[in-house]
Order: sequence, then structure tokens, then C-alpha cells
Amino acid sequence: MPTVVEIKGLIKRYDNHEVVRGIDLSVPAGCCFGLLGPNGAGKTTTLRLLLGQSPVSGGEIRVFGLPIPQAGRAVRSRTGVVPQADNLDPDFTVAENLRVYGRYFGIPATTLDTRIRELLAFVDLSDRADARIATLSGGMKRRLTIARALVNDPELVVLDEPTTGLDPQVRHMIWGRLRDLRQAGKTLLLTTHYMEEAERLCDELIIMDQGRILEQGTPAALIKKHAEPEVIEVRGEEKLARQALASAGEGRFEAVGDTYYYYTRDARAVVKQLEGMAGLTFLHRPANLEDVFLKLTGRELRD
Amino acid sequence: MVNLFLPRFRGAALAVWRRNTLVWRKLMLPSILINFGEPFLYLLGLGYGLGLFIGEMMHMPYLTFLASGILASSSMNTASFEAMFSVYTRMIPQKTYEAILTTPLEVQDILAGEMLWCATKCVISGTAILIVAAFLGAVHTWHALWVPPVLFLIGLCFSGMGLIMSALAPGYDFFNYYVTLVLTPMFILSGVFYPVTSLPVALQSLVQLLPLAHAVDLIRPLVAGLPLSNVALHLAVLAGYGIVGYLIAVRLTRKRLLV
Repeated sequence: MPTVVEIKGLIKRYDNHEVVRGIDLSVPAGCCFGLLGPNGAGKTTTLRLLLGQSPVSGGEIRVFGLPIPQAGRAVRSRTGVVPQADNLDPDFTVAENLRVYGRYFGIPATTLDTRIRELLAFVDLSDRADARIATLSGGMKRRLTIARALVNDPELVVLDEPTTGLDPQVRHMIWGRLRDLRQAGKTLLLTTHYMEEAERLCDELIIMDQGRILEQGTPAALIKKHAEPEVIEVRGEEKLARQALASAGEGRFEAVGDTYYYYTRDARAVVKQLEGMAGLTFLHRPANLEDVFLKLTGRELRD
Repeated sequence: MVNLFLPRFRGAALAVWRRNTLVWRKLMLPSILINFGEPFLYLLGLGYGLGLFIGEMMHMPYLTFLASGILASSSMNTASFEAMFSVYTRMIPQKTYEAILTTPLEVQDILAGEMLWCATKCVISGTAILIVAAFLGAVHTWHALWVPPVLFLIGLCFSGMGLIMSALAPGYDFFNYYVTLVLTPMFILSGVFYPVTSLPVALQSLVQLLPLAHAVDLIRPLVAGLPLSNVALHLAVLAGYGIVGYLIAVRLTRKRLLV
């Protein structure tokens, strides 16, 4: 399978501060590839670098086999971009936003008209074609931004936190559309810090922190590698919780705020014991990507 | 970065020009009314009012003198304000350029499109002034049909400089410096209201270094039906300011947006 994005030893420095510190990654065609990491991990910077929107301080980027930033124009003409913050054109209506944006790609008017109709249907905004941007809800703006990113029928779609700040209905709708795009053979590269999103959508992902890649793999493989299969979360009086979990034998124990996490291969015995204890509530669940993410990047707050 | 000094004009710039045209069309009626109303007031009030006392200036009725000066200076203002306030709005708070930069367009295309649009706006509003002036009997020759293309060049000249201000501006207030320190003195000193030759000699040579005096020197004979002189010099000064302004603005805007 051909490689769409190839990054080697990528470095980005601002003054003396390195925000991307030697990243290597390769995104195969037709894959949904996730960049995960806490705020400040260097995800957005990496995306900007690969679109030729920011000068690189070191390393090499190739998209569709073309060098960046030299071939920036050619690469961007085959790429769709959904930025983190909406930057729709407030001077225009929904349909005009797509039309004006399409002209930047030099798409002929008749092709553009057909595509606008299809795209508005795709993101369920057909009845809003003539609405002004200011009258749209956050979810509608996001859907329009996704439609806009598809106006040039791109081979690669880059999405920077596509569902941040949206309600569950819109998130599920967008996830569905992104799966449609992947089905249609497009390559998706997305950043997120919703682990659920990454787990649902990504064929492969990397976890970044402080400008470096900590881990790479499929969601399932990463969970298998880094987390015990079962997790118990306990809330309640600390002494009781410790007591209950201490008797559980082998396993990993972690206290975060008022919640106690217990990671184990076999939770049956602990569950039995917890069921008998008043004053504690607990949740028994399979390990997920969030457990891996927190284990790798730590629990301290990031800004 | 090597081609920074010789940005190639690309058709892509026209997409930016079309974007701005589309916005303008939405507010076409009020803006055309303003385009006609303002010069009408100026020429009627100042031209007739002052003209009554002044009579002739430089062998032409004062109304003609003033109308030709206003044609040049209002193009300066139109281009400067569009290149500052509107461009800054699109560049920073509205993030329009951020969106455009994810398409094949680059900074040099965006700014080229903006300059073309500023110049177009000068032609639109300047033509309105010319029509008003002709209606008031201030235009003496068909040579005045050369005025719109000259207004286009004046627009390119001043938009280039305005774009530099936008690239540097931390906020809208910053433009006040340029307006107060550059545009207003130029407006008052460059022969819009009275001939430059009535200024002290030292000041005259300073004024000749600024573009507005050259714009006035091109427009005035075309409106009054007098012979043109030093055409190549005037055109070169206007074009020079425009080109140098554009190149500096591209460099500064890249530095600001492509971080």
C-alpha cells in the first residue's frame, strides 16, 4: 500500500523551545491515522508543518511523495483541511462559503455547483444552503467546515480535533461521515484527545507528548501492550477502598483524586468482595485507550 | 524563500479578488450611494463655496482644480483604508487568510488579490466622483476617460503601503499612526487644495518624494484638458511604491502568518 504521508526526523523550534522533537511517521493510503496527545504535545504544529504552513527547523516531510514545503501548492490542492477553530467566512452564506473556497482550488463553476449540492447533502445542511454563518449552531459550523474540506475531492483529509466541543448527536454523525470517507478510499489524518473517538475511528495511531512519539500501533494492540485487560474504578471512603483492593492480590493500583483504579488480569475475586461492601461504588470495565494514554503521558494537568 | 523577491502573478489571486467582489456586491447599493453622495457634498460645498472667492487656480476654475485633487486623494484613502482595516479584519480576527492558506494559494497570491481589489474599488468610487464632477461642469475634456486606469494604478500604489501596515499592526489603533503621520500630511501638502508650488521650496522637494503629488499631477491635466508633463516619472513613482510595498508586505505577512 502506498504511503501518503512520510515524515522523518521532523523538528520544529521556536526560538530555543523545541515543540516537535524528531518525529518519524508514515501514513499508508486509505488509513485513518490518529495523532493523540495532551495539549502542547505538538499535534497541531505537526499538521501545520506537513501542509507547508510553517517552516520546518529540521527533518523531512513528503506528502504524496512530494517534498514539503517546496510542493506545498500541489499537496494542498489534493488535501482537505478541517482546522481546530472554525474559520468559515462570515461574510457569506453556507453555499457561498463552499463556492468561494472551491474557487481557490480553481474548480470550474459547473463542477462546483454539483459538488456543493452533494456536500451539503452529505453533511445534512441542504436546507441551510442560504443561511448566514452567524445563524448556524456550533455543530452546523463544524459540519460545514468538513464539507468545505471536501470541496476539492481530496485524497487526504487532515482534521484537527474534529469533534471538540460538540454534542453527542453531532459527534456520532461526524464519526459516521468520517467512516464513509474512509470507505470511499480517502486517507484521514486526525488529531484528538477523545480516546473514544480514536478507538472508534483510527486504524492506527501514535501517542505524542512534549514533541515526541511515545507509542505507535493499532488501538487494540496498544491496549493489549500497555494495560491489563480489566479495570475496576472505586469511589468512596479511602480506607475501605484500599482495604478492599489490597486483598485482591496481584494487579496495579492507582489513586487519582477520589477515585481508585485497579488494573488486573482477573477481577472476579475483587468484584465479589466489593459487591459486599456498603459505602463504596465501583465500576468494572474492560481496559480502554484512555488507560493507555494516561499511563504513557501521566496524569498531571497540561495547559 | 528564494522566489520571494520575484513572486509570480498567478490566476489564483483572482479568486481572492472575486471573493471581495462578492462581498461588495452584497452591500452594493449603500456603498454606491456613499460613493456618489460624498464627492457631491465636497465638490458642491468646497468647490462652489470656496470657488466663489478663489475663482481660478492654475488657469482652471477652482472646482476643476479641487475635483481633480479629490479624485487622487480619495483613491489614496479608499485603497489605504481597504488595505488596512478590511485586510487586517480578514487576516487576524476573521481568520479568512488562515482558511485560504489551506488551499493551494500562498501569501503572495492573497496579497496580490487584495491589491487588485483595492485598485478596483478606487476605480468604482473614483468613477463616481468623476461623474459627479462632470455633472457639475468641472470636467473639460474627453481625456478624462484616462482617469479610471490611472486611479487603478493609484489604488495599487497605496494598497501596497497599506498592506505593510496591516502586516505590522497589533490592532486597529495602530492604523491611526499611519493615517495621522503619513496620509493626512500627504493629503494636505500634495496639491489637492492648492498648488504644491506655493509651499516653501524645501517642503516642495519633500512632497515630490511622496506618491500623492504624482497622482495629482497625472489626474489634474486629464480632467482640466491641459498638457501632461513628466508622465513616465509619475507613473514610475506610483508603480514603484506599489511594487516595493507589495514585496515588503508579502515578506512581513509571511513572517506573521507562517510561524
